[in-house]
Amino acid sequence: MALNSAAVGKLTEVMADFEIKDLRVSVEGREILKGVSLAVNKGEVHAVMGPNGSGKSTLSHTLMGHPNYKVLGGQVLFKGKDILTLPTEQRAKLGMFLALQYPVVVPGITMSNFLRTAINAKRGFDGKDKSKSINVKEFRALLKNEMSVLRMDDSFLSRYVNEGFSGGEKKRAEILQMAVLKPEIAILDETDSGLDIDSIKFVSDAVNKMRGPELGVLIITHYTRVLKFIKPDYVHVLVNGEFVRSGGPELADWLEAKGYSEWVKEPDKAPAALEAR
Amino acid sequence: MATVIPRIDVGDNYKEKYGFFDPEKFVFKAKRGLNADVVKEISWMKNEPEWMTKFRLRALQTFEKKEMPTWGADLSVIDFQNIYYYLKSTEKQGKTWDDVPADIKNTFDRLGVPQAERKFLAGVAAQYESEVVYHSLHKELESKGVIFTDTDSALRQYPDLFKEYFGTIIPPADNKLAALNSAVWSGGSFIYVPKGVKVEIPLQAYFRINAENMGQFERTLIICDEDSFVHYIEGCTAPIYTTDSLHSAVVEIIVKRGARCRYTTVQNWSTNVYNLVTKRAVAYGDATMEWVDGNLGSQITMKYPSIYLMEPGAKGDVLSVAFAGKGQHQDAGGKAVHVAPNTSSNIVSKSISKNGGRTSYRGLVKVYPGAKNSKSFVRCDALLLDEQSRSDTYPTTEVDEPQVRIGHEATVSKVSDEQLFYLQSRGITRAEAETMIVNGFIEPFTKELPIEYAVELNRLIQLEMIGSVG
Ligand SMILES: Nc1ncnc2c1ncn2[C@@H]1O[C@H](COP(=O)(O)OP(=O)(O)OP(=O)(O)O)[C@@H](O)[C@H]1O
Ligand SMILES: [Mg+2]
Repeated sequence: MALNSAAVGKLTEVMADFEIKDLRVSVEGREILKGVSLAVNKGEVHAVMGPNGSGKSTLSHTLMGHPNYKVLGGQVLFKGKDILTLPTEQRAKLGMFLALQYPVVVPGITMSNFLRTAINAKRGFDGKDKSKSINVKEFRALLKNEMSVLRMDDSFLSRYVNEGFSGGEKKRAEILQMAVLKPEIAILDETDSGLDIDSIKFVSDAVNKMRGPELGVLIITHYTRVLKFIKPDYVHVLVNGEFVRSGGPELADWLEAKGYSEWVKEPDKAPAALEAR
Repeated sequence: MATVIPRIDVGDNYKEKYGFFDPEKFVFKAKRGLNADVVKEISWMKNEPEWMTKFRLRALQTFEKKEMPTWGADLSVIDFQNIYYYLKSTEKQGKTWDDVPADIKNTFDRLGVPQAERKFLAGVAAQYESEVVYHSLHKELESKGVIFTDTDSALRQYPDLFKEYFGTIIPPADNKLAALNSAVWSGGSFIYVPKGVKVEIPLQAYFRINAENMGQFERTLIICDEDSFVHYIEGCTAPIYTTDSLHSAVVEIIVKRGARCRYTTVQNWSTNVYNLVTKRAVAYGDATMEWVDGNLGSQITMKYPSIYLMEPGAKGDVLSVAFAGKGQHQDAGGKAVHVAPNTSSNIVSKSISKNGGRTSYRGLVKVYPGAKNSKSFVRCDALLLDEQSRSDTYPTTEVDEPQVRIGHEATVSKVSDEQLFYLQSRGITRAEAETMIVNGFIEPFTKELPIEYAVELNRLIQLEMIGSVG
């Protein structure tokens, strides 16, 4: 049995629930992500910060399978699969969710139709087996509850998806979708941008309510304000398509005080990196 | 109110649901082809007054003299001598579904007509081939003097009313196909709504072609007397044959002072049907005419519902949707003719082309001198689902009055990657996401339909999108 000891050792090596390994991505022929690795466990909140154009949304879109982002190399492991080969909807069904930085308008489709279709899709309802679809009562109850946390009134349900929504309303609608779809890995791409002080609180309350051992979160943000409400376990700094530093919440405070240019000048003055996990 | 459209079973396709056929049975079938003898025979079978026989024969001459329209879709493929112009499948018309021969009743059962009638209609007509085989109207409407019958019966039962209006809005010489219909017409609906009577629940007619190489030429005449209201809905389907069938209807509508008429079509012909229809309404003082026209299916459709705004305050709306798939050409649009001052028209056309299908918007806005303060707005939106598909607009504006407000807007768009990604990121498949986007695109149309038809239309779009249409 001695022969197997190496293999056993590998098996027992701790795997994170969601693992990005050396991910390289190009857009329009230009390499944007240059080997990004990150491990997120359920129950954890990771914040990703970084200057404009550093590749944060490239990362979020690639994780969800947007067709414009070309994977040059690397893996993203979730539930024993490399999800990079899966179509977008399969990733969603597997438990991933992306709150978009710029939510998209879908004319003529009501929010309620959209939400219901998404919930049913997630439940594997193929139009035939009605027992798999959410019934009207259950749907109403679910929405009533989540919408009250987000302080969204019923009128949103009969409006067309994101059409005429204010910036903040769009972001709240994204979190509403997250709340009803109950993902296991959620990526929030600048969900806090454009939110007023009260709205940040409502959105954070909704996210905190979902926090728990069944949810891992990746929050992309420019500001520490949201991180005061949704306290991250880790903060990562993305510059120029690479993670240059990871640390605890204090890293975010330091960045906010000094800015990225300071970091680029004197990287050593930043709070120490965490031990490689 | 926005409608919530439940996700629908897409397991079945056009063929199972609409494209089936019954063995052909008939009590009379005219010889194949068209000539004066066939026309006389139809008139004789119907035991018509002499004036109608003459009207038909004159119309046949007009048909023979007139050229086929060459400005629209390619109609050169239609062989008028290969078509059966009249087919009567049963001796009598049923007043209950039990009076209708079992196989025909079965057809309408499969199409859901009696079910719809029980649920939400005030009256129903069912036409099978050339004749109306079933007719009903709520007693209460009958007692208020509403007439809803087939056009043949109307000629017999209300000869004066009939003669006063028949052929006055669309004379046989209007165009070659109107002349054809005038020569061989059979069936269709005749509606009269008396002064001040509002028919709150819709009336529906369902037109079914069953036989191969059949021509269906129904003739509909609707008269809305002053301050009345009616909503008339028509649906139509046919089996899938490899040879062509022809549907060429004429619809004439008179909307008198203060009245409102809405005419809704959800057409879903199989793709071997040529659908060449002339529809026209005249609206008098403060009257409103609304055409809500959904065109799915057929090989070629040419249809431009028109409204003549005859007196001040008259208003006309044309709201249409066309879906063209592989090998199909939907040439549709609308016409608004402003004859009087202070009249307004609004034409909204939405078209979707897929798999090399072709849609055309063809429209006319005409304002006569003196029709001051008239307003007209035309909007055409086209959605192309792939590179092979095509959409064109041919708007014509003839304005001979300076004091008017005329607007025209046209857009052509594609299903965007961003929308698809967004929907897919919520677990919705690409195919379903595309269908949702298309259904969203036509939502301004769908929301004008009674909920049952809205659901049906979304379902039909879903069938078109997965390509299981005959
Ligand atoms: N679809 C695209 N076409 C062309 N360039 C793109 C596209 N998407 C991203 N890029 C480029 O990739 C780089 C990274 O963009 P990305 O959106 O990932 O940045 P970000 O970190 O999210 O920035 P921000 O903080 O401004 O949101 C930028 O230079 C951007 O212009
Ligand atoms: Mg971004």
